[in-house]
Amino acid sequence: MEAHKPAVSGAVYGVILNDRDSLQRMGAALADAPYKGVPKAPVLYIKPAGTVVGSGAVVSLPAGESAVEVGATLGIVFGQGAARLAPEAVPAAIAGYVVVADLSLPHVSYYRPAIREKCFDGACPVGSRVVPGAEVGDLASITLRTYVDGSLVQTRSLADLVRDVPTLVADVSGFMTLRRGDTLLVGVTWQAAQARAGSRVRVEADRLGAVEFEIAAGEGAA
Amino acid sequence: MKFGRIAWQGAIHEVTPGSDAKVRLADGREIAEGQFTWLPPVEVGTVFALGLNYADHAKELAFKAPETPLVFLKGPNAITGHKAFSRRPSDATYMHYECELAVVIGKTGYRIAREDAMEHVAGYSVANDYAIRDYLENYYRPNLRVKNRDACTPLGPWLVTRDEIANPMKLALSTRVNGKTTQQGTTADMIFDIPTLIAYLSSFMTLNPGDVILTGTPEGLADVKAGDVVETEIEGVGCLINTIVDDQTWSATA
Repeated sequence: MEAHKPAVSGAVYGVILNDRDSLQRMGAALADAPYKGVPKAPVLYIKPAGTVVGSGAVVSLPAGESAVEVGATLGIVFGQGAARLAPEAVPAAIAGYVVVADLSLPHVSYYRPAIREKCFDGACPVGSRVVPGAEVGDLASITLRTYVDGSLVQTRSLADLVRDVPTLVADVSGFMTLRRGDTLLVGVTWQAAQARAGSRVRVEADRLGAVEFEIAAGEGAA
Repeated sequence: MKFGRIAWQGAIHEVTPGSDAKVRLADGREIAEGQFTWLPPVEVGTVFALGLNYADHAKELAFKAPETPLVFLKGPNAITGHKAFSRRPSDATYMHYECELAVVIGKTGYRIAREDAMEHVAGYSVANDYAIRDYLENYYRPNLRVKNRDACTPLGPWLVTRDEIANPMKLALSTRVNGKTTQQGTTADMIFDIPTLIAYLSSFMTLNPGDVILTGTPEGLADVKAGDVVETEIEGVGCLINTIVDDQTWSATA
């Protein structure tokens, strides 16, 4: 595979449980311990600098690991600093969107921050181009497709976001500034499709392009 | 050595302690406090923070001590310098400080052995890892709304190089609010010590110069209100001062 540079270089933030499908599938568990209720604010996490790689990367898993969840998602890339924005002011702050494969070691619990699971080196392959909003059009019409070794393993529509982009950015920027060049992922689904070590993965979306990479087994003892 | 970073006369300068509480520029000029703005002593890369890493604090929060380090991350927005301001939102009922030893990484490493870990440390600083407990939710807890608020993690004033601290695992920590001591502890009570944390984090991700590990806080938390002056101090490393402000002050246009 040809190696490309990732299209973004700022901080990358992500959000879970931002699609109605995941909330529905988790169902009653959200009301029980340890969660004790559906989340009120966006549930965020950080993908540190070492996770971001470009299309064509080989991603080596941590020692002892042999599979990853491929969280197909879109990154909102900021063209201006976003702080305490009202929803209607959000579009002007966005430079565009980029296709992202947010990788996680499979984890069933969302209770504690998933640092080893989500922050290992290479855990955020990012597409090569930030596509302006005008070219992307209506996000609700976007379908993300995940392929493993050429087979379609998951499709995901962005029509069922709990918080749409203006609402999500308004809520997040209420307490943390997103800087020019930073990326906020619109959300990954609960228990996304998995890829085994040795496989080739592609995440693509119409009008947004694709990101492709290979998964390599973690060497050494766990 | 101790190094600080300041903004002064249109440029960023690395400084060292001067005479009479002044700071010294590279060319030897000394600048008095109040004439410049303190910046965080390092341009931070990835910032890690530890939850429940002191046995007494875990008990205070009614948790049993974790079996693997409870780590969370912070973005660059959270970090601010010495003598800066942190915002207490009007709807908060419990905002508390956390005095923490900050370990600054100085050398790149992946899968660092515990016995080699200290070679990767550039030095130490003081952090105050504020939390607003009203916003705690049981998803990726402690969640970013509690722990990654703009300018709610002061860091500084100095980066103290590793050679200056004989034993980082035996330093007194204390916090004073408006001059009254409210928190006292020692880094000797950490559950996961510095070499263990470096080995753990580097087992799955590369650590780079400028990455910072905030190593957790002992018991003795207390609510702070707008106007409070909070001093977090670590023996041999420094005293970091921060002032709490309300929404109106935070949002005021100059």
